[in-house]
Amino acid sequence: MRRRPWALGVVIFLGLVMSGGGYAVATQTYQSEVGSPAQVEEGRKLFLSNCASCHGTNGEGAVGGPSLIGVGAASVDFQVGTGRMPGQASGPQLYKKPVQFTEEQILAMAAYVASLAPGPAIPAEEFLRADGDVTHGGELFRINCAMCHNAVGAGGALTEGKFAPGLQGVTEKHIYEAMVTGPQNMPVFSDANLTPEDKKDIISYLKYVEEFESVGGYELASIGPVAEGLFTWIFGIGFIIAITVWLGAKAN
Amino acid sequence: MSELDKYSAGSRTDIVRPIADPGLEPHRERMTDKSERHARNAEKQVAIMFVISIIGAIIAVWGFFAFPIVDGDLGATRNNAFWMGIGMALSMLGIGFGAVHWAKTLMPDNEVSEERHIARSSDEARAQAIEIVKLANGESGFTRRKLIRRTLYGALAFFPIPAVVIFGDLGPVVGDTLKQTMWRPGTRLTRDPTGIPIKASEVTIGSVFHVIPEGLSDLEEHKLEEKAKAAVLLVRVNPADLKEDPAKASWSYDGIVAYSKICTHVGCPVALYEQHTHHLLCPCHQSTFDLADHCRVIFGPASRPLPQLPIAVDAEGYLIAQSDFLESVGPSFWDMRK
Repeated sequence: MRRRPWALGVVIFLGLVMSGGGYAVATQTYQSEVGSPAQVEEGRKLFLSNCASCHGTNGEGAVGGPSLIGVGAASVDFQVGTGRMPGQASGPQLYKKPVQFTEEQILAMAAYVASLAPGPAIPAEEFLRADGDVTHGGELFRINCAMCHNAVGAGGALTEGKFAPGLQGVTEKHIYEAMVTGPQNMPVFSDANLTPEDKKDIISYLKYVEEFESVGGYELASIGPVAEGLFTWIFGIGFIIAITVWLGAKAN
Repeated sequence: MSELDKYSAGSRTDIVRPIADPGLEPHRERMTDKSERHARNAEKQVAIMFVISIIGAIIAVWGFFAFPIVDGDLGATRNNAFWMGIGMALSMLGIGFGAVHWAKTLMPDNEVSEERHIARSSDEARAQAIEIVKLANGESGFTRRKLIRRTLYGALAFFPIPAVVIFGDLGPVVGDTLKQTMWRPGTRLTRDPTGIPIKASEVTIGSVFHVIPEGLSDLEEHKLEEKAKAAVLLVRVNPADLKEDPAKASWSYDGIVAYSKICTHVGCPVALYEQHTHHLLCPCHQSTFDLADHCRVIFGPASRPLPQLPIAVDAEGYLIAQSDFLESVGPSFWDMRK
């Protein structure tokens, strides 16, 4: 079958669009603290239609939500990028849920919120590579994070329905942004406290424990003495009771 | 004389019998008694358990050599211990289960009852024992020679006294060590574990710093003991949120407050901080402290607030302690007041 002349043009056009788009994605950096005016304007529109009812038309805060002035692009990228925002229902804590916006829309809103006042920026790629000092990261994690998030980041309970979420499977970027912004009831670990290198080491530690199996055998979800005690009570003592019953029973 | 009357009064526990002794239940024959085939099967089962025991021992030896312990490789130790443990467990359980199964299925199981023997010694033996005591008393003169008897009592009373004195020397005298920490007027607050001093300007609102006193990292000995007493949590809250006692208002610096991290209940590190509620939660027994209100106890078994470290800022902008804690840190003890 003979190809139509315009088919080649269509193929070339599609090829250019796709490779160009792929190139744009591959070279995307997270360092843009101030977005282009067009991006900020796009973000402002998205903000007005999706966020303003709780956070105020200028991000100044309202009855339903806190002020976003000075929270920075990192905060928007974390909250919207993990699906916590837009919030679904009020409660002790917002849950992680399917993300409602595209990456581009999130960056546009982040650029708009960052344009309101200076705040923590979306972290640079070089601190998200998880190839830092795992030992140092582990020590920092145990001192600063493990009391809430558990020694291997399995998460834990707080007061009145609040909890520190598990950190397995959370992207490097979102871990970094959580440290630098302190979402919800988490305290802030600014760069003056834990330097970007420290944060990189902590991320490296978390990715290390996520990747390598526990040398202590089966972890039982790593949640510590409750699960381990329950296992021992049910299976350990159950086995002993079963043997005792067998010892005392007469043979048939 | 009935069987029961032979016992002395002290060992009579079953004279009153509200329910008649039903005696032994009728003997029931086991399948292995009735059928030779079942007996042969039981024999095989016991043998299989003993063979499992042999296999278990071999597995343990194989595991020991197949998974050698490598220095610094915890995974290797885990594999070694796992196979050794599985093998040894099978080895011992195989013998135990085999022996019990053997006894239950193949050894005679006729019920018999044995009467308890009489606890009282015979009259001759009792008389003989009394004779021995009397003879010894007469020969030694224990009753007759009062001087010897009384000085022996005295010696027995005095000989444990040196031991009591030695007990007092078992360890260093506690003294004031429980009441004092490393914090002195002017000691800088530094980061745990690096020991880098902290500037007040670095502590933004909502920030939490885990703090050790300056110089702790350089200690040659008793480092952990000192850290366990001196560990501090440093937080900055919006100054408007602080409910400060006017007498202690000078202990904080522009919303920056420092509290002992050692729980006043049983000494766990209290460090679960909720930024918006200002609650500080202890992970061990859920004692909750209100950081904005001088760490008042709002829930849980702790009985007193976490001690506050009075802080100030030096000429270079670094946070320093005004003094040591004004009360003892950690769990309460009987003479804790300073």
